[in-house]
Amino acid sequence: MSAAWMPVCGYDDLLPERGVCVLVAGRQVALFRTWDGGLHALDNLDPFSGAYVLSRGIVGTRKGEPTVASPLHKQVFSLATGRCLDERGVRVPVHGVRLAGAAVEVEVRT
Amino acid sequence: MVGYGPAAHRLVESLRDKGFGGRVTVIGEEPRPAYDRVRLTSYLSGTSAEDLAYDVPEGTLTRLGTRVTGIDRQARQVFTADGGALPYDVLVLATGSAPFVPPVPGAEHAHVYRTIEDLDAIRTAAKDAAEGVVVGGGLLGLEAADALRALGLKTHIVEMSPWLMPRQVDEGGGAVLRRHIEGLGLGVHAGSGVREVVVDGAGRVAGLRTPDGRLLEAQVVVFSAGIRPRDELARAAGLEVGERGGVVVDPGMRTSDPSIYAIGECALAGGMIYGLAGPCNTMAEVAADRITGGSATFTGADLSTRLKLLGVEVAQFGAMTGALDVTYMDPVAGVYKKLFVSDDARTLLGGICVGDASPYASLRPFVGKELPAPPSDLLFSGAGASLDLPGDALVCSCNNVCADDIRAAVADQGVTDVAGLKACTRAGTTCGSCVPMLKRLLERSGVEVGKALCEHFGHSRAELFDIVRVRGITTFSQLIAEHGQGRGCDVCKPAVASILASLHNGHVLEGERAALQDTNDAFLANIQKNGTYSVVPRIPGGEITPEKLIVIGEVARDFGLYTKITGGQRIDLFGARVEQLPLIWRRLVDAGFESGHAYGKALRTVKSCVGSTWCRYGVQDSVGLAIELELRYRGLRSPHKLKSAVSGCARECAEARSKDFGVIATEKGWNLYVAGNGGFQPRHADLLASDLSTEELVRTIDRFLMYYVRTADRLQRTAAWLESLEGGLDHLREVIMEDSLGICADLDAQMAHHVATYADEWSATLDDPDKLRRFVSFVNAPGVPDPSIVFERERGQIKPVMAR
Repeated sequence: MSAAWMPVCGYDDLLPERGVCVLVAGRQVALFRTWDGGLHALDNLDPFSGAYVLSRGIVGTRKGEPTVASPLHKQVFSLATGRCLDERGVRVPVHGVRLAGAAVEVEVRT
Repeated sequence: MVGYGPAAHRLVESLRDKGFGGRVTVIGEEPRPAYDRVRLTSYLSGTSAEDLAYDVPEGTLTRLGTRVTGIDRQARQVFTADGGALPYDVLVLATGSAPFVPPVPGAEHAHVYRTIEDLDAIRTAAKDAAEGVVVGGGLLGLEAADALRALGLKTHIVEMSPWLMPRQVDEGGGAVLRRHIEGLGLGVHAGSGVREVVVDGAGRVAGLRTPDGRLLEAQVVVFSAGIRPRDELARAAGLEVGERGGVVVDPGMRTSDPSIYAIGECALAGGMIYGLAGPCNTMAEVAADRITGGSATFTGADLSTRLKLLGVEVAQFGAMTGALDVTYMDPVAGVYKKLFVSDDARTLLGGICVGDASPYASLRPFVGKELPAPPSDLLFSGAGASLDLPGDALVCSCNNVCADDIRAAVADQGVTDVAGLKACTRAGTTCGSCVPMLKRLLERSGVEVGKALCEHFGHSRAELFDIVRVRGITTFSQLIAEHGQGRGCDVCKPAVASILASLHNGHVLEGERAALQDTNDAFLANIQKNGTYSVVPRIPGGEITPEKLIVIGEVARDFGLYTKITGGQRIDLFGARVEQLPLIWRRLVDAGFESGHAYGKALRTVKSCVGSTWCRYGVQDSVGLAIELELRYRGLRSPHKLKSAVSGCARECAEARSKDFGVIATEKGWNLYVAGNGGFQPRHADLLASDLSTEELVRTIDRFLMYYVRTADRLQRTAAWLESLEGGLDHLREVIMEDSLGICADLDAQMAHHVATYADEWSATLDDPDKLRRFVSFVNAPGVPDPSIVFERERGQIKPVMAR
């Protein structure tokens, strides 16, 4: 896996504690800015419903871990690991994300 | 431990949970630690190997990509292919199984479907292929067929039995299943088999020849026709193995050598090989218990299954035969449901479902027990939702948890949610199919539910409402900093957003409040199963001019939306993508429409009958009053949705008594009914006051609503709220009609503030470029529609197609 980074939006395009979706090499990636300014990226696909909606979930914390809840059936996923905290063994892919100046960049998987 | 699949992983986890103090080494043949084989197919649609992987529990030593070649039971050590030897005190064989490949010519050119490496090979082969054949029409075979189809191959399924999934469904169910699968464009060849895998001169797979000599052209052939336990190590070490394979174990998972256990698909337990995740996990738990000095036993497992393959729900529970059976069949919808019962038709023995698996959740716990209702009643959709379970009914068969275990967790340990039940009983943690049942048991448990909203607030919603009101708090950040902890969640954020909206009005997407809203409030529309939204313009009282009706029709037509008349006398437009919402609303707002708040916990509609204006029986103008009430309370955010209706006479055509507040005309004025609802637990509204003038009526409703908004729990409808009020209806009457708490002036002022500050959310959104910017599918490609959203047509309109 070689690391390539793609600028996807400005940091200011992200509201604190709200997600957006970006297209990265044809893949839907949900991007989140947490309360403390941290950036996280998960696949946008909700594995429970099969719909591409995770970017539209509510961002919060569970026992201190940053989370997003699926807007369809409210399963909660860790923003750090992609792990579903309500159902063992379910996990959504996590993507690399970083700040480059004022731009947000997402790792492109090849 | 020899073998590192899911059963081995569960054993290691369980040992750790039980505080096992010894050193654990896991030797795995595959190049990676255990991963989730249930979700293996998702690897082909982009889930990476690391996403599927289970975490290696801390302190576990692993030897990956290493084959164990022999066991020296005398010296208690195992030998590895790289020439090493490892000593053991306790050895666990979790060597799994190998796919069965029939010994036919060319079989060496076929694929199997078990590991990530297998899938890599299939993906590579599919690149230059147009057609594929899967041999095996069972659970795994259909999964493989689904995968080939997703890789773009025209796919055939060859099954030896006369119908698909013979272990889960009978002939009738098989026929319905076949129609579903053929409808997806797959070829189904049941009652067939394989004579050879045909290879062309260049050594490439060209097809599969069936016993009757037919050639199914295919460049990829996958065998998925059963498993054979990997027992070669045990066999060579002289352990007892079954006649047809499998390491013989006792109920404690011990082999014929007391220091060697076998678990998972390689173990022959009670004469059976188990290939499902549930029983294999149970075996791991039992072995872990024994290793740590316990006495757990594995005495067989419930092989009930519920799954969705190729978009079809299939379920089987209990026995597949019985003295009597009752069948429900809907060939049009592709639904087949069958129950097997004892000869006196009183005891449920088992069931089969295709196309609608709902009986699985509601009826499986009744297997072996007296039927709660006549079998025919139980087969209709939705039946069984309100059944009370007997205490020993098995709720979670993966982890062997019965209804009384759940009730005990609620009553004795104070568990109040599904997450708590999972942690406390393990129910629902394996396959998850019993989670709806857990929710129902919680709802029906009837015990005091803890008042804390969630882990972030120790307060109830009503307490938070008072804190916000009395302290004049205007932001979530301030509230959680001063009265909570952490950064909130999908429970407390929308609840606080609703409180702030009830108290201060103002736009729900203003500033920090935007981040508190559920997706429905965030996009001011209702999310649907495929991630699109529906739009409901307000039609007060259900009265609409022809011109406005035409505008709705034109908007629906121009944006290709599905339209349906709602139960609340308005029109729902489905299938809008987020970037279309502002364009749709521009047209609607220009035509004089406002948000209908169908997306909010807020007033929905005030239905009406046509009333005295037209109706020969009507005694009051019900439409006029409904419009007045709907315009007065529109936009009022509340703990749950609010519905209302006004009927113009006692015939009650508007069904006002099923509403949160309903009004029925009398000769002298209006009767006000409160706290009714339809839904899960229907309740007729109670008569609060009779023969009110319009002015008295409005004042009473104002106070009723505001008192409810102040004091109800999160997501508590007025019906449940009234039932939870100490003193009930009399208390309510005292508070809002006799001012027993001295708060009526406050309630009145609060409602006056709401009415004075109401503004249409959609028109305000259209005027604000900052808010509009959020209505895009992709921020880095604003013009691109979401390609995952696909529709087909049904009865002349669109309908969502899900990718899986």
